[in-house]
This record gives sequence, structure tokens and C-alpha cells, in this order.
Amino acid sequence: MSSVMKIENLQAKIGDKQILKGLNLELEPGKVHAIMGPNGAGKSTLSKALVGHYDVELTGGDIIYKGKNINEMEPEERALEGIFLSFQHPVEIPGVNNAYFLRTALNAKRKHEGKEELNAAEFLRLMRDHLEMLGMKSDMISRSLNEGFSGGEKKRNEILQMLILEPEVIILDEIDSGLDIDALRAVSEGINKMKDGKRSFLVITHYSRILDYIEPDYIHVLKDGRIIKTAGPELVAQLEEHGYDAIEEE
Amino acid sequence: MANEGLDKAVSGEYALGFEIDIETDIIEPGLSEKTIAFISKKKDEPEWMLELRLKALKKWETMTEPHWGKLDYEPIDYQSISYFAAPKEGIDSLDEVDPKILEAYDKLGISLEEQKQLSGVKVAVDAVVDSVSVTTTYSEELKKHGVIFCSISEAIKDYPELVKKYMFSVVPMADNYFAALNSAVFTDGTFVYIPKGVRCPMELSTYFRINALNTGQFERTLIIADEGSHVSYNEGCSAPTRDEHQLHAAVVELVILKDAEIKYSTIQNWFPGDENGKGGIYNFVTKRAICQGDNSKVSWTQVETGSAITWKYPSCILKGDNSVGEFYSVAVTTLAQQADTGTKMIHIGKNTSSTIISKGISAMKGQNTYRGLVKINKSAEGARNYSECDSLLIGSNCGAHTFPYLESKDTKGQVEHEATTSKISDEQLFYLRQRGINEEDAVSMIVHGFCKQVFSQLPMEYAVEAKALLELTLEGSVG
Ligand SMILES: Nc1ncnc2c1ncn2[C@@H]1O[C@H](COP(=O)(O)OP(=O)(O)OP(=O)(O)O)[C@@H](O)[C@H]1O
Ligand SMILES: [Mg+2]
Repeated sequence: MSSVMKIENLQAKIGDKQILKGLNLELEPGKVHAIMGPNGAGKSTLSKALVGHYDVELTGGDIIYKGKNINEMEPEERALEGIFLSFQHPVEIPGVNNAYFLRTALNAKRKHEGKEELNAAEFLRLMRDHLEMLGMKSDMISRSLNEGFSGGEKKRNEILQMLILEPEVIILDEIDSGLDIDALRAVSEGINKMKDGKRSFLVITHYSRILDYIEPDYIHVLKDGRIIKTAGPELVAQLEEHGYDAIEEE
Repeated sequence: MANEGLDKAVSGEYALGFEIDIETDIIEPGLSEKTIAFISKKKDEPEWMLELRLKALKKWETMTEPHWGKLDYEPIDYQSISYFAAPKEGIDSLDEVDPKILEAYDKLGISLEEQKQLSGVKVAVDAVVDSVSVTTTYSEELKKHGVIFCSISEAIKDYPELVKKYMFSVVPMADNYFAALNSAVFTDGTFVYIPKGVRCPMELSTYFRINALNTGQFERTLIIADEGSHVSYNEGCSAPTRDEHQLHAAVVELVILKDAEIKYSTIQNWFPGDENGKGGIYNFVTKRAICQGDNSKVSWTQVETGSAITWKYPSCILKGDNSVGEFYSVAVTTLAQQADTGTKMIHIGKNTSSTIISKGISAMKGQNTYRGLVKINKSAEGARNYSECDSLLIGSNCGAHTFPYLESKDTKGQVEHEATTSKISDEQLFYLRQRGINEEDAVSMIVHGFCKQVFSQLPMEYAVEAKALLELTLEGSVG
């Protein structure tokens, strides 16, 4: 069975601290992979490593994407090739119009794929449709990127970007943290809409609630910089009951 | 690593560094009564103007160059500068303009030919190359509305009453060292008069270009908005790439009468010199507006991307009750540029209000200083000021400095000041790159966002120009 992304023996540092210590993980096409694990285990570090964040220094191992090693690939290149990260803490960029930013991103991608760019009117139509679906206010079009957004609005805005950019590997770092019940439902619907049998999802979470909505195929436990267990969705209940300490490394 | 990426995107080549290949009439370097007499004669000026010039020269000779700015530059040898250069052939109408000059303006993105024909948005243009006003478009049409838009040399001859009344009324002859120098040697510039109750039917523009070698440019602009009138005026500047420093010392005076309004926008792109500080324009400019009448309003918007040295503080004297002064500024210093710029808001009338929005961007070895004064006189009951000074640093070899001064004699005045200094953060840059936007585009997006409050004050076409210019200036200095 071929994988979309294969992470082999990945080791990574942030500053002087070794965070990832030989991590192995394979993302299968069309599957939803959930990652759970204690605070500080290295979940966000893994997600940053996959998208080439400056903070993370790879010290060993390989990230293979579509059969190619991408350890050295520039972040924008990875994005254009279809890797998307919804950030745990999306940053605010004052004065940058949300719609303008997103259209620039989409058109960069379309250009990369040899498709025609969308003009402002076409793009707005697309954006409005998605806004409605996500239950977002239409002033999200003209506001500055994430500036003054509430926690939930930031997360919805990440999902909006995912829907518009239509990536192939979707990494969601705690997309469900801080969401109210309606937002959680809207965000989950957005994610489910993206399931097409080919796209892979890597969903980092601390809660079972979102997993009830998006129905993961695999649960991976990340502890101390490594994946120590992989199982089916039934593992969630066990984790909720006994915690991470009860997990035996496989 | 992010820093590496940053430095690459901020050292754009100066795109306007071409030289116009035209024959110029230029006088020997040096400054004396003889020089002044020569300039005045060349311009066929009336006697009274010559006398004023000579008076200014006398005063200048007793003054010393100010050095309180946070600027570091080689001493200027005022005797080695040529104070007058003019394209050789005299010019009366656009049709007589040397095609090479027109071509040059095309390169600058200002087609005078097009301006002549454009029917939609009309922009009247006055173009000043070296010391002489080359062409003024649309004057005829403007005349129908009673608007006077001509070179200052023409105004001295044709409208002496207005000139005598208002020239030196806002910036006195000996206001400061550079203003005094300008008063003595000013060679050309623009004159605008908007009569009572007239809304100027089009944007007015002046393009200044220093072309000849070894010359200084000393233009003088005077704009009078009579009661209840309104005008939007724009100026743009550029110069060819030269190894030597060139001096630019301009004076701008704005007079705003009761219920009138002037919007004054500048896009300054004089040659900045290279990354080692070689070449580039020394830009020492005095700009001041007086809101003479009640309910008058003035708004300065400036986008400063060029010059090796910038020393410039467009100011507002808010004399009329309820008058309003605004200052919106983007100043970019990259390469080895230094800018010491800001504004002065002098509140005299009751319920006067002022707004200062200053955005400084520093990259590479650029040094950017904001220096501003808000002065509230005893008479200025109910005065209000809001100031916001933000600095953005790109890379770690540049600097930003903020010197806000407040003098308030009215204890009830409301003064609010906010200042921030930020770096283009790696997190912001990374966020955009993660969405597939390349590093250079990401930087310019963040920078534009930072400047948004100022750009939104510019007329549409100029906002587009300013954006493009900013991109060009910062190109390659991120890294
Ligand atoms: N920029 C940084 N500088 C120093 N240490 C860092 C930095 N970023 C992360 N770390 C450290 O790396 C370790 C792993 O952090 P990471 O964010 O990957 O954890 P996580 O599994 O996502 O935790 P959480 O569930 O709390 O989000 C933590 O100990 C954290 O303090
Ligand atoms: Mg995390």
C-alpha cells in the first residue's frame, strides 16, 4: 500500500533541545490520522517540521512526500505542492486584507498548477460561499488577516483557507481547541467536505469530541518525540479513561 | 535563516537612475550676489524679487548649518554647487518640449502626451527638470475655473500681488538655514491659486527631476486656497544615478483660508545612493502650511523612499478656530539611507485638531528617525491631537528612533500618543509562505499592510504608484 507521506526515523531540534527522537509515521491516501499525546510531547514540532518551519532543525531521518525527500524543500514550495498546516496559534498580520491575502495564495497555487488565475470578482464569489458554509460573517472579507479575531474566528479562518486552497495533505494542529459547539460542528463539516478518498489528514487533538465528527481511521500516540502506539479509533476511549501513562510502547 | 531571506528582498535597484540626454545651460559653481543676479536676470524677474533674494542671501551668510538631526553626512561645500541649470532651448508649450524630455517622463510613468489627451481622470502636470519648469498641462482649462496653476517664475511676473502677499508669509525668508538658501537661489517651482468657493476640477501634479551633473535643485512651491476652496496637489521627485551627492533644498508654503482645504501628497524618490553611502541626494526641505481661517484643513501625505539624507518636517500652523491638520507619512530607509523626518503641529485656534500617523520602515543599514512636535498654545482651548508612530525593522543592521515632543499650555487639551516598534516577525513571514506565497511577496504584503493607513490617504493612481515604488525599493533587501 503506497503512502502519500512517509516520515522515517525523524529527529529534530528546537534550539538546543532534541524534540523529535526517531519518529515514524505513514500517511495513507484518503485516510484520517489522529495524533494524541501529552503536552510538550512534540506534536506541534512535528507539524512544523513537515512544513519546513525555521524554528525546527532536522538532525536526522527523512520526510518523503509523493516519493521525494522534502527535508530541504522551501516552505512555499511544500505549500504549492499541496501540504497545508492549520496553525495551533495563527498569527495576526495587521493591514493585510484577508481576501487579498487568500486570493494571492490561491493564485500562486493555481499558477503553479498551470491554471488560470481568478480575478477579484470570481474569487469573492468563491469566498462568500465558503464563509456562509462556515457560519462566518461577511466582514471577514475586508478585515485584516487574523487581526483582532477571536480564538474561534481564527480557527474558522484556517478552515476557510483549507477549503479554498484544496491541499492534498492537511495537517490540523488543535483545530478544535477553544471552539464553541457550533464552531466545532462547522469546522468538522468543513473537514469532512474535504474528504475525497485521496486527501490525507493529520489531526492533532486532545479531545475525542472532534473525532466523533470526523471519524479518524487511525489513532497515533505521540510521546517524548516518538509515535509509541498506533491503533484504530477504539483507542480513544481507552486513552480518555487511563491517560497516556498507561500506554505501553509497541 | 529567516533573516537571510529578509535581507534579499530590500535592496532594489534604483529604476529611475537614467540620465536625460539633453543639452543644458548651466552656470559655473559658486554662490555670490553675482550668482543671484544672474539667476534673477535669466528669469527676467522684476527688481523687487531680486532685492528679496539678495536680502535672503545676506541672512543666509550669517547663519550656520543645523546639525541637531540624527544624520551623519560629509560637510556640504556650497561653493562647489552650480545653482542654475536649464534645458537649452526655451519652452513655451508642450509641443516644443524636447522629445527626449517627454521620453524621460514616459520612463517615469508620467506621459505628458497622455496627460494632454486623457479625457477620463484629468491630472494637470507641471514638470520641472533641473531648475526650470518645462511644461504645465491643462492651464487653459483650469483658467476657466479661475484656478491659477503655473510655474513660480511666471507667477512672479504675472501675479506679483499674490506672490508679494504670500511668499515668505508661512516660511519666513530666514526661517532656517536651508530655507534661507532656497529664498536666495530658488530657481523654479509651482504656484497654485484656487479662488473663493472653487473645488479644483482635477488633481494638480508637479514632477521634479534633477538631471544635470553637479547642480542643486531649489524649487519653491506656493499654494493658496482661498475661502471655501478645495484642491488636491501631488508632487513626485526623481534623479539620475550619480556618484556625487547632490543637494536639494526646497520650500513649500501652503496658505489655507476660511473653510478651505488642501491635500498635499508627495512621492519622493530621489536617488538614494548605494549601500556604502556613495552618491545620492541630500534632501533638506521646509514644508509648512498655515490654516489661516476658521474651519480650514490641511493634510500632508508623504511617501519617502529616496534620498541619501532626508531632513523634512511638513508642519501645520492651526490658527483658525476648528482648523484641522493631518500628517500621514511612510518613510523607507534601506541601503545606507538616513531619514530624520516628522511634523510639527502648532495649535493656536480653539478646538483645533491634529492627527499624526507616521510609519518608518528600515532595512539593511537604513536609519529612520521620527521627530515630531505637538505644541498647544494657551489660546487653543479644546485642542486635540492623536499621534501614532510605528517603526518596522527588516533585518538587524538598521535602526529606528522616535522623538515625540509635546508642549502644552492648555491643560485641558487632549493629547494621545502611541508608538510601536516591530520587526517583520518570522511567524508572520512563515504564515504567508506556508500558504504558498514566496518570501519576497510575503515581505511586501506585510510592509503594505503596515503602510495601509497612509496609502489609503493617497489618490488612487498615486497609491498604486507608491505601492509599486515601495516594492521596488525593498526588492532584494530581505535576506
Ligand atoms: N521556540 C521554542 N523554543 C524553545 N522550546 C520550544 C520552542 N518550541 C517548542 N519548544 C519546546 O518543545 C517541546 C515540544 O513542543 P510542542 O509545541 O511540539 O509540544 P506539543 O506536543 O505540541 O504540546 P501541546 O499539546 O501543549 O501543544 C516543548 O517542551 C516546548 O517547550
Ligand atoms: Mg502543540
